[in-house]
This record gives sequence, structure tokens and C-alpha cells, in this order.
Amino acid sequence: MSSTPIVEATGLTKSYGKVQALAGLDLVAESGQVVAVLGPNGAGKTTFVRTVATLVGHDGGELRVAGIDAARHPGQVRQVIGLAGQYAAVEPAMTGRENVTMVARLYGQSRRQARANAAVVLAQLGLTDAADRPVSTYSGGMRRRLDLGASLVGAPRLLLLDEPTTGLDPRSRNELWEAIRGMVAAGTDVLLTTQYLDEADQLAQRVVIVDKGRVIADGTPDELKAQAGRDVVEIRVQRADELAVVAESLGRLGVEAPRVDAAVGRVTIPVDGGRAVIAEAVRALDALAVEVDDIGLRRPTLDEVFLALTGSPIDDTSDGDADETSGGDTPGRSEGATAGDAAITEIGTTTTTTTTTTTTIDAGLLSAPAA
Amino acid sequence: MTAVTFDAGQITPATRPAGAFTAASAVAGRSVRKFVRTPQLLFISTITGAMFLLIFRYVFGGAISAGPVPYVDFMVPGYIVTSVLFTGSNASSSVAQDMEEGFTDRLRSLPVSRAAVLTGRVVAETGLLALCLAATAAIGFAVGFRPHGAGVEALAAFGLTLVFGFAFMWMFVWLGLIAGNVQAAQGMSLLIFPLSFVSSAMVPVDTMPGWMQPVAENQPLTVMVNAVRSLALGDPSLAGLTGSTAHYVLLSLVWAAGLIAVFAPLAVLKYRKA
Repeated sequence: MSSTPIVEATGLTKSYGKVQALAGLDLVAESGQVVAVLGPNGAGKTTFVRTVATLVGHDGGELRVAGIDAARHPGQVRQVIGLAGQYAAVEPAMTGRENVTMVARLYGQSRRQARANAAVVLAQLGLTDAADRPVSTYSGGMRRRLDLGASLVGAPRLLLLDEPTTGLDPRSRNELWEAIRGMVAAGTDVLLTTQYLDEADQLAQRVVIVDKGRVIADGTPDELKAQAGRDVVEIRVQRADELAVVAESLGRLGVEAPRVDAAVGRVTIPVDGGRAVIAEAVRALDALAVEVDDIGLRRPTLDEVFLALTGSPIDDTSDGDADETSGGDTPGRSEGATAGDAAITEIGTTTTTTTTTTTTIDAGLLSAPAA
Repeated sequence: MTAVTFDAGQITPATRPAGAFTAASAVAGRSVRKFVRTPQLLFISTITGAMFLLIFRYVFGGAISAGPVPYVDFMVPGYIVTSVLFTGSNASSSVAQDMEEGFTDRLRSLPVSRAAVLTGRVVAETGLLALCLAATAAIGFAVGFRPHGAGVEALAAFGLTLVFGFAFMWMFVWLGLIAGNVQAAQGMSLLIFPLSFVSSAMVPVDTMPGWMQPVAENQPLTVMVNAVRSLALGDPSLAGLTGSTAHYVLLSLVWAAGLIAVFAPLAVLKYRKA
């Protein structure tokens, strides 16, 4: 069994009316790794997860989950998966313990087993203290963790997470990331969707970028970033008239021409060599005696990766919104902020601080705002 | 930050999937808890019910002649049957809300019989309906309603109403599933107005225009109201009916069976594909 891929999709297609949500998607996820399916709104991510979770049937192609044909034996697939969707699917009128116990019973556990396993899950997700409070008193982050707990109580081989942190504040997001990492360390396979490169970066060993229902890139986060775009040094100056000076004297640090955005007082310089470059940039700015609001090194945004891969920017208005409009999900509440917003609203969720430099470098600038 | 480690090894997995009964009772347990812990649910539906009951009893009642018995005795049994529809439409909205909020997805991703999950839901909603009906009946008593038949007949009337509730509940669950969100479900629940008012529930059918009478006379709610009213009054002729009580009860049970035969499979099919 160990050599069987946990998910194996071949030429998967699915249409909702005229909209093709999956257009021949091929993906093989090996057991023992976290795979992130990354893409803009409407790329087909959610539809893909829904087919793996047997919530919708696919039109064409083949889908095997842990070696089981999802079209022929959806019931068997359900025995090996756990699903945590975009919203916390928990009953607010029940306590955390009751919610998890109910799901455990539905997984077929005896009363005693269900109680014991619920206690284990709640403890491991740090919810023991809140376990006997109604979920209506929980914070958004706690609800998501409880939802995660409910999907874990059946000890699934494969955990499916559809945009697990959309709508969470940065702190709750970090906590949920921790929980997911803890799970992975314990050997549960995870397939998650996200529209944040940062999230994929934090959690996954392998990232699959989808667009218009197809896989357009596949690799480790670093491979993708190398393939898709360079890190950039971003400098905000106080006085717009100094932008040109900064761009000119720091341009030599970059490997491409610097970009100047006068409206926000920002110079962006694509670089190789990360931290060393930052230090050099700080020295150069110091020598220029320019007043700097902020300087940072950031990864390419999903927008930039996407642009590099497809040659066209992410188009949120494209008709590929099948996930949300026809997939049975709630339109409007889906997927929160677009990836494009993420690039602009830099709330700087500090996830991996580069402690060696003195500047406020934050590799996690890609984090989207809590939508 | 909370240090979180998860170890699936500490979980003892199930040896076999949950049986239909276990699945149904787990789902039913949730509906019951939700209802019991949200007092405003019972409160609001009881208040609304009481309000309409009082309006019919005291505002319209004086203008309506219902034959040999006082109007309150004619109306209350009809009103109680009608409240099956109003309570049912709430169930519709709550099913739709579950779809909207991902709860349905969670249940559908679990290795349990989907028919069992829906049956659990319908049984729970019917049980809760019993509470609402009891509350409505109590208000009926308070405003002067008295059964004319034997106590057994009154109990049978109550039980029969629950059977109708169970049958209609499948329809409402199905409506909730096709609606998919609360607003649409509430829109669909408008359907219950013609069903409840173009019937013998509040007024004798023979006071309606000629073209409307065949519709009102033969629709399921009228058939059910006639059965319950015959039992409650102890004599169908007191309700202006010509057949025997057994006739109306049988006919209404046939209708109930028909509703279940149509809507239970529709609901399960829709739930499987949702």
C-alpha cells in the first residue's frame, strides 16, 4: 500500500453547465507529503478537492484515492478521508466535545471509542479547556481548529483542507498552520488548496499550481519561485522626489531594471542573493541619506508567479468561477481577498523572521489580509 | 502560540462503518440539541402560532359560521394540522442553512448511509414538531377548544397529525436541499400559504367559489384536516362531513404514504448528488 499514491488524478474533467471547472487535470500525490494546490479564484481548486472528497462526481478521466476508484467506490474513499472545508462545519449550539464525538460516531466508532478519541483530538488541538463550552462562544480560529479536529477524529489517511485559513486573522492562521504541521509530522497525508503562495510555502513540500482547471506548474516551493520569479527588495521612501535617486543608485543591486511606483512611494528591485543584498541596500540608502519608511525582501507574489508562468495576470473576472458559483458553495463568501490584494496590502504576517538582518525583513509579506 | 502536535496513533479507529441506526441517531441528536438549546426557536414558533390562532379565534371567528359546533372547535384541529406546514418550512430553511455553511459537505464526506442521515434528520424534526403541536394544542385549549370525542380519539388525532408531519417533512427537507440557501428556502416556503388556506383548515370549503372547491376539497391538507377534525369532534357530521371517520383517516394515511413515496426518494437522490 505504501507505494500507492494517495491521490492519482488522470485527465480529470468536470463541467458545471458551460463552465469547465476541471479541464483534464493530472495530479499524482505521493503518500508522506503535503501537497498544496495553489491557484487564483475559480481555478478549479475547490472542485478538485470536492471530487477527491466524493462530494461531486467527475465527468471524465480517472480518480483514485489511496488506490480506490472514486467513481466506483465513493463509499470506500470516504472511509480513508477527512474533509475540512472553507467554513467551519460545526454546530454552534453544541459543545466542542459533542461536535467531535458526533463525527466520531458517524465514522463508526463505538460510544466509548468516540468519547476517548474526541478527548485525544481536543487535547492535541489545544481545545481541552474549551471542550465543554458551546461552540457559539468560540473564536473563528478555535472553530477552524475544532473543524480540523472533527475531520481528524476518524484517523483518516488523507486529510483534505479547502482553503483552511481563509478569513482568519494572522494569529489564528499561524495556530492552524502549527496544527497542520503537527499532523503531518505524525504521518497524515494532507492535500490542501490555497490561493496564497505563502501558505503553500509554509506547509507544503510540493506545490501544484492550477489555472483554468489544469495543472500549469508543479514542484517544491523553491523550484516554483525560481522558475516563476525572483525575490524583490522593496523600499518605501518618505519623499516621492527621492524615488528616482534610490532607483538609480540601487538599480545595480538588481538583476532586472527596478520598478518605481510613485503613487505609493515604492521602488521594487528584483534581486538574486536575498539577505546579502538587503544589507547592501541598507548601506547604500544610508550613504544616500534618504529617509526610508520601510525596506524589505519579499518573495514573488502569486500574481507575479502567475504572470511569469502564464504570461497573463490573474483575472478574477474570468468565467472560471465554477468552484464558487456552481459548485454548491456560497457565492460571495468564497475565497476572501484575491491574491492581487495580498500583494498590495502588506500586513506583514511574520511567519519566518530572518533574524540575521537588522531590517524588518519579512518573507511572509505575501500573506493576505484577513478577508 | 499553542504548541500543537497531532498524533493519529493515539486514535483508535473504527473497525467498521457506522450502521444506519447509529448514523441516524447521531444526526438526530444534533437537531434536538440545537432546538433545545436555542429557546427562541420554540418561543418564536409558538408565539407566531399563538398569534394566528388568536386572530382566527377572536378576529375572524365571529364572522365565520362552521355549522353545528362553535367555530373554535372547528378551527383548532384545522389550525393544528396547518402548523405542520409552518413548522416544516422552518426545517426547510435549516436544511438549506446546513448546505450554505458546509455542514452538509462534512456529513456527505463521511462513510455513512446518506439515506440514514436524512432519515435521522426527518425523525428529529418530526419529534420537535410534536413539541410545537403540543404547545399549539395547549393554546387551543386555553381559548376554549374542547374535543367532543373520546380521549382516545383526541390522542389518535394528535398521533395522526404527527404522521402527516413526518410525511410533509420529507417534502420540506427536499425543498431545503434544492433551495441550497436560506433565502431561497424561505422563498419556497411561500408555497405553503395556498396549501394551508385553500383548504378546509379554517373555513368550510363550501363557502369558497365554485371553481376553487374541487381543488380545496381534494388537496392533501384538507383530507388530513378532515381526518383530524372527525376524530377531535368525535363525529364527522359535526364538521359538515358526510363520510365516516375511518374513511377520512384511511384516505389521509394514503396521502401521507404517497407524500413519503414521492419525496423521500427525491430528497435522498438530491442529497446524494447535492
